[in-house]
Amino acid sequence: MENILEVKDLNISFHTFAGEVKAIRGVNFELKKGETLAIVGESGSGKSVTTKAIMRLLPPGNSEIKQGEILFEGKDLAKLSDKQMQKIRGQDISMIFQDPMTSLNPTMTVGKQIMEPLIKHQNMSRSSAMERAVQLLKLVGIPKPELRIKQYPHQFSGGMRQRVVIAIALACNPKVLIADEPTTALDVTIQAQILELMKDLQKKIDTSIIFITHDLGVVANVADRVAVMYGGKIVEIGTVDEVFYNPQHPYTWGLISSMPSLDAKEEELYAIPGTPPNLLHPPKGDAFAPRNEYAMQIDLEEQPPMFKVSDTHYAATWLLHPDAPKVEPPEAVKSRMRKFMGTK
Amino acid sequence: MAKYLLKRVLYMLLTLFIIASLTFFLMKIIPGTPFASANKLSPAQLEIMKAKYGLDQPVPVQYAKYIGNLLQGDLGVSFQFNNRSVTDMIVGRLGPSAQLGAQAMILGTIVGILLGIFAALRQNTWVDYSSTFIAVLGKSIPNFVFAGLLQYYVGVKLGWFPVLFWRGFEYTILPTIALSMLPIAIAARFMRTEMIEVLGSDYIMLAKAKGASFFEIAFKHALRNALIPLVTVLGPLAISLMTGSLVIEKIFAIPGLGEQFVASITLNDYPVIMGTTILFAALFVFIILVVDILYGIIDPRIRLSGGSK
Amino acid sequence: MADFEPKIPKDRFRPAEIDSAKSEEINKPSLTFWQDAWMRVRKNKGALVSLIVMALLIIMAFLGPVISGKEFDTQNVRHNNLPPKIQGLENISWLPFDGVKVNKAGKEIDMYEVKKVDEYYWFGTDTLGRDLFTRVWKGTQISLYIALLAAVIDMIIGVAYGAISGYYGGRLDNVMQRITEILVGIPTMIVVILMILVLKPGIISITVALTVTGWVGMARVVRAQTLKLKEQEFVLASKTLGNSDGKIISKHLLPNLAGVIIINTMFTIPNAVFFEAFLSFIGLGLQDPYASLGTLIDEGFKVLRLHPHEMIIPAVIISVIMITFNMLADGLRDALDPKMRD
Repeated sequence: MENILEVKDLNISFHTFAGEVKAIRGVNFELKKGETLAIVGESGSGKSVTTKAIMRLLPPGNSEIKQGEILFEGKDLAKLSDKQMQKIRGQDISMIFQDPMTSLNPTMTVGKQIMEPLIKHQNMSRSSAMERAVQLLKLVGIPKPELRIKQYPHQFSGGMRQRVVIAIALACNPKVLIADEPTTALDVTIQAQILELMKDLQKKIDTSIIFITHDLGVVANVADRVAVMYGGKIVEIGTVDEVFYNPQHPYTWGLISSMPSLDAKEEELYAIPGTPPNLLHPPKGDAFAPRNEYAMQIDLEEQPPMFKVSDTHYAATWLLHPDAPKVEPPEAVKSRMRKFMGTK
Repeated sequence: MAKYLLKRVLYMLLTLFIIASLTFFLMKIIPGTPFASANKLSPAQLEIMKAKYGLDQPVPVQYAKYIGNLLQGDLGVSFQFNNRSVTDMIVGRLGPSAQLGAQAMILGTIVGILLGIFAALRQNTWVDYSSTFIAVLGKSIPNFVFAGLLQYYVGVKLGWFPVLFWRGFEYTILPTIALSMLPIAIAARFMRTEMIEVLGSDYIMLAKAKGASFFEIAFKHALRNALIPLVTVLGPLAISLMTGSLVIEKIFAIPGLGEQFVASITLNDYPVIMGTTILFAALFVFIILVVDILYGIIDPRIRLSGGSK
Repeated sequence: MADFEPKIPKDRFRPAEIDSAKSEEINKPSLTFWQDAWMRVRKNKGALVSLIVMALLIIMAFLGPVISGKEFDTQNVRHNNLPPKIQGLENISWLPFDGVKVNKAGKEIDMYEVKKVDEYYWFGTDTLGRDLFTRVWKGTQISLYIALLAAVIDMIIGVAYGAISGYYGGRLDNVMQRITEILVGIPTMIVVILMILVLKPGIISITVALTVTGWVGMARVVRAQTLKLKEQEFVLASKTLGNSDGKIISKHLLPNLAGVIIINTMFTIPNAVFFEAFLSFIGLGLQDPYASLGTLIDEGFKVLRLHPHEMIIPAVIISVIMITFNMLADGLRDALDPKMRD
């Protein structure tokens, strides 16, 4: 499978009152055609910033792409002008956001909002755009689309609004869809519906999806591959099976341990101690070291490179260095590994 | 919606009633007599005058008569100008004031909105600072100062426009500009704040993510949302126009309501003072009502869901 | 992906000494709400300049009449309508402080010579020969008094009314709200003018007028903010811990209300100053010989064509007062408004 999007050595900084915040410190990943890549991490890890950077939606005044390339269809998106990006946004790459209650313009009918990219990017006439909009509403599962198309966002429920947002994003059959925590603000049952819808549409339209979430359950549901971010870098990346059942980075261990499980024997739910690093003064070594019970001296001094675990699985931890001592991952992780091995 | 309207109209009437009564009693408290050249009249003549205007009756009776007349649209008769009905006097003055007010309102809101939009779109650049500065000036320099300066420097020294009276369109230009300074300031400041808030919202980000251009975002998406709350500022705007008209008309010698009001104060012509006061109050209350209704119509969230935001 | 040249010493793979306390450290220096706000105000250059200018004005208002050596109501008709003249600045021809007037024919005449005047009138004199410098600063004193008055009334009546109305809610709130609705419905101008007619124009009537009408804006804003705060859980928490209403209002609500109170007061002040000037201009304010900036502008307006300085000087002063207050108010609002947090 070929890569449809490649991010190479991306470094992004924000210039604030207090100084330069190095939000993204060398991120590398690819998105393959037709796949769903999940990006997980805590708040502040840089997940949203990375994807906004791909769309070039970061506030121009105080953000800066200091280094790196974002390759899409042979072009480096990091170097395009805003006018050139406008042609790509909504047409080749689309984005949907977290809160459906505020994502739609309250004074514009839903129909108009869907028709806008159709008319702009595909030069449709108003009437054919209107027809297509009705089709799209049907596609995302909204009943009585001909009626609903003339209504305003406040007349839709939260889940319905998110469907509309998806319809808008997919209107021009984009090659890449970036979904920034699209189900976080929804009820669990609605969440499930929306995820099913997205998987379904992905098959129909054959679009590649980058799915940001902090919920590992959602990752297991929708993603093919997953990248774990921490402190502005990707610390582990691999297929969902590899990362869930054979994680290598202590942070990933922490994340998996903190997932509640029905057949876990432990009484206490694990929580990773400490707080994320201050990127105003990024640490010299591994950013996770202060919170890492497996940290070694070298973790405090030097940032670990990406070590290869398999062709598809990489992790940036000194524990994978051949000279590093062998450590046992925590029990919660081990029991999952055992379960997985057992079913294989 | 109808219930709400009814409630508002009742409030309006209640307020007017209170104002009318207040005015009446205050007039009674003012010491001295209202008649022109009262010192030339002998006590007997004074008694006759008083009887003629019903001023010798007990106060409650006068009050009842007053309210009764009011309900019939009779505002009484001027004390100073020999039996001219107050209503006549006022009606004759409405034209110039209305025109001046309308012109200033239109000029003020359009210029103010434009200034506010540009300041918001180019936040923290010289465009923003200069437009904010103009707004501060407009708000701070009293409009009578403006009027005086305009009159002197533009009207007299440069001779571009006439400075007194109301004889044709060019006579309205300087007064309109002077009167519109405060509305410009209010509208600009408000639009800037609203635009900035709207521009920061999620749906604008989504519009950008759809590939909308800068102008499309500003004028197609943001503007409508920012404009709606502007309606709430129309009330204070209207007040500023009404109070402003008092001085502007005086300075430019415009034969409007404001000028008459100021003159009647100086002359202690009570019926005229009362009549004009009631008219101003009624106008104001009415404008507030219209603004509230307008708001309900323009905002689709209110219009289509029955009233609660 | 890893390059193993050069070899890494085994020692570096020993377990690290982690001070776990450090990882829970909060890294940004924590600022109190007020420190944060002050930092923002300082960044706003306009507001800072305004603060300085305002301080200067206040100083001059009290110092001015003292250093001029003249009284504000001493009339000297022979010295009337003199243009401004300041020692030291008089020979700089492009500054208006040389005692020279341009007559209708465009010729420059030194009025001080013509009228044979020896003294210097720094801002010139008015139609009755009174020293404008002294009068202008006396007038500024009046404007500042009005400012202070408006602020105090706002804070005492407006805040109390709004906070009580908002906090207790229910019937009390309803009744109090009806009253304000009606008060708001009556244009302030009308009430003030009527009040002044009754009480005779002067400083007392202006004071009464402001007291009756000026606090309504503040009451509304405070009530709205109180309602918002009331819903927040820290109030509920405080109640659950047994605090009395009074304590809750003073310890919890007031500090959070401080922001809107300050902002609103800062905006009410220029309105009040303008108000007095406006009333004086239409003849309802202070009466002769007392001077307020409004009366000075009114008198100056009458002779604007012939002696522009008589109107321009007080006009500039009042404009500066208004501008500084407005800019400071804008700056404070930007600093205290939590919506504009980073």
